[in-house]
Amino acid sequence: MTKKILYRGAEAEIRLSQYMGKTVVQKQRVNKAYRIEEIDRHLVAYRTKEEAKLIAEARSYGVSVPLLYDVDLTKGAITMEYLAGSRVKDILNGLEESERKRICFKIGESIARLHNHDIIHGDITTSNMIFLHDRVHLIDFGLGCKNSELEAKGVDLHVLMEAFESTHSKYAHCFEYVIEGYSKKFQGNASAVVKKIEEIVRRGRYR
Amino acid sequence: MMICLGIEGTAHSIGVGVIKDVKEKCRVLSNLIKTYQPEKGGIHPREAANHHASYIAGLISDSVHTARVDFSDIDLVSFSQGPGLGPCLRTAATAARALSLTLEKPLMGVNHCVAHLEIGRGTVTGCQDPVLLYVSGANTQVIAFAEGKYRVFGETLDVGIGNCLDKFGRGLDLGFPCGPKIEELAKKGTQYLGLPYSIKGMDLAFSGLLTAAENYVRQGKRIEDVCYSLQETTFAMLTEVTERAMAHTEKQEVLLGGGVASNKRLRDMVQTMAKDRGAHFFVPSRDVCVDNGAMIAWLGFLMYESGLRMSLDESLINQRFRTDMVEVTWRD
Repeated sequence: MTKKILYRGAEAEIRLSQYMGKTVVQKQRVNKAYRIEEIDRHLVAYRTKEEAKLIAEARSYGVSVPLLYDVDLTKGAITMEYLAGSRVKDILNGLEESERKRICFKIGESIARLHNHDIIHGDITTSNMIFLHDRVHLIDFGLGCKNSELEAKGVDLHVLMEAFESTHSKYAHCFEYVIEGYSKKFQGNASAVVKKIEEIVRRGRYR
Repeated sequence: MMICLGIEGTAHSIGVGVIKDVKEKCRVLSNLIKTYQPEKGGIHPREAANHHASYIAGLISDSVHTARVDFSDIDLVSFSQGPGLGPCLRTAATAARALSLTLEKPLMGVNHCVAHLEIGRGTVTGCQDPVLLYVSGANTQVIAFAEGKYRVFGETLDVGIGNCLDKFGRGLDLGFPCGPKIEELAKKGTQYLGLPYSIKGMDLAFSGLLTAAENYVRQGKRIEDVCYSLQETTFAMLTEVTERAMAHTEKQEVLLGGGVASNKRLRDMVQTMAKDRGAHFFVPSRDVCVDNGAMIAWLGFLMYESGLRMSLDESLINQRFRTDMVEVTWRD
C-alpha cells in the first residue's frame, strides 16, 4: 500500500491511502517526544476517540464532514473519505467579494448546525475547511468536544474570528457574513452568542 | 550607523541599554537592569514605579558610561510605551522624554512585545522570520509576522504563564518570582498528577489547571510532584500551540522570549519540537531575553531608520498596547 503524505500538521500526519479499493485519507496522530509519556498517551488516544465520535455525530446532523471508514485507538489513526477540494484558507483571499460572502455565509451555517447539537469544533480556522461540490466541509475535530454552554460556542467562533484577523486580515469584515449565516441556522439565541464573542474579545489581554 | 539608548519599564524591571547597529544586526554596548523585589506578594504597581524612579537616573549614566560613549554620541532615545503597568510605564516614559529634550535628540516609543521578537532577530545569528513564543509574567503570546504586522496567533485567555506559576508559588511562600524555585522543585518530581489540559485553537487557559494544582497541594500531595506536573502540563500546552502556529504559518523558525524562557525544561521541550519538525530553534542570551533596555533601543532604532518619527504628543503611554496595533514599517 503506497502512502503519500498530503500534509504534516502540528499533531498528525495526513496520508493518502487505499481502503477497500477507495482512495482514502488516513490521519495518524504522532507521538510527541517533547511531552512526557503520560500526557502524550492520554492526548493521542483521547483526541482520536473524541474526533471520530464528533465527526460521526456531525454527519448525522447534516454537517458536511468526511465519511469515516475506520478508527484505531491504539495507533491513534482514523481512516476517512478523501475530499479532493481546496482549503478555504487558500482560496478565500482570491475570490470575488460576492463569492467570498456566499462561502462565509455557508461557513456560518455549518457551524450553527454543529452548535445546534452542542458540538464544539475547537479549532475552526479556514485551514480546517475544504471547499468541494459547492459545500464547505469541516475537517479536523481533534480539539472538539460536546458542550452546551454559551461560553464554549463563543470561544469556538472567536477562534475563527482570530483566524480571519490573522490569515485574511484584508477581509476580516467577512467574519460578519459568517455570523449572518450562523444567525440564520442557529436554533438558539444567536445574538447572545455574538455578545459572548464580544465579551471574550474584551477579556483578552490589553483590550 | 546610529547609537540608541532604550529605557524599559513595563513591570518589575527598570532597564537602560545602549546599542548600535552593525550590518543590520544589533550590537549591545551596555544593558543594565534593576529589578523591584516585593517584600511579600506580587508586584505593587506604585511601589514598583517608586523603585524605578529612584534608580533610573543612575542607570542612565551608568549605562552610557559602561557603553563607553558620551551622552553627545546618542542619536535616539526610545522607551517602552506599553503594554504594562501604568505607573511603571509613566516613570520610564518621563525619564525618556526628559533625556530626549535635554540631549535634543529624537524620541521613540515602542511596543514591548514586538521588542522581544525584534531583539531575537537582531542578536541571534540565523534568526530571520521566527514564530515567537513570548512567555513572561503578564504575557503569553505566540507571535509571527504575517501580512505586514506582527500578529498574535495564540495567547492566554486568562493569566500569563509567569503569573500562573507565581500564583501557585505564592500559596507555598516561594517568594517572587516563583518560576526558578518551581523549576528546582520539579526536578525532584517523580509522579505525574493529571491536570486539565486546556487548549482552544491556538489559545490557552491556565486558571483551571492552577486551581487543580492548588487542590493537589491541599490534599497533601508531594509538592515536588505537583510542581513537576504543573510544569509538564503548562509547557506541553505552550509547545503545542507554538507548533500549531508554525504549522499554520508554515514558518521554519521558532524563537523564545520573556522571563519564563529562562526555564530549561521549557527550552528543552520547544527545542525538541523544533528538531522533530526540522525547524530552527533560537533563544537569545539571557540578558536580552528578559525585560531589558537594549531590546527597546533596538526596536526604536528599527522604527526610526524606517522613517517613523514620534512627536512629544504621541509619546503617551498605552497600558493596553497590543502587539497587532503596530504598523511594521521596517520589514517587507
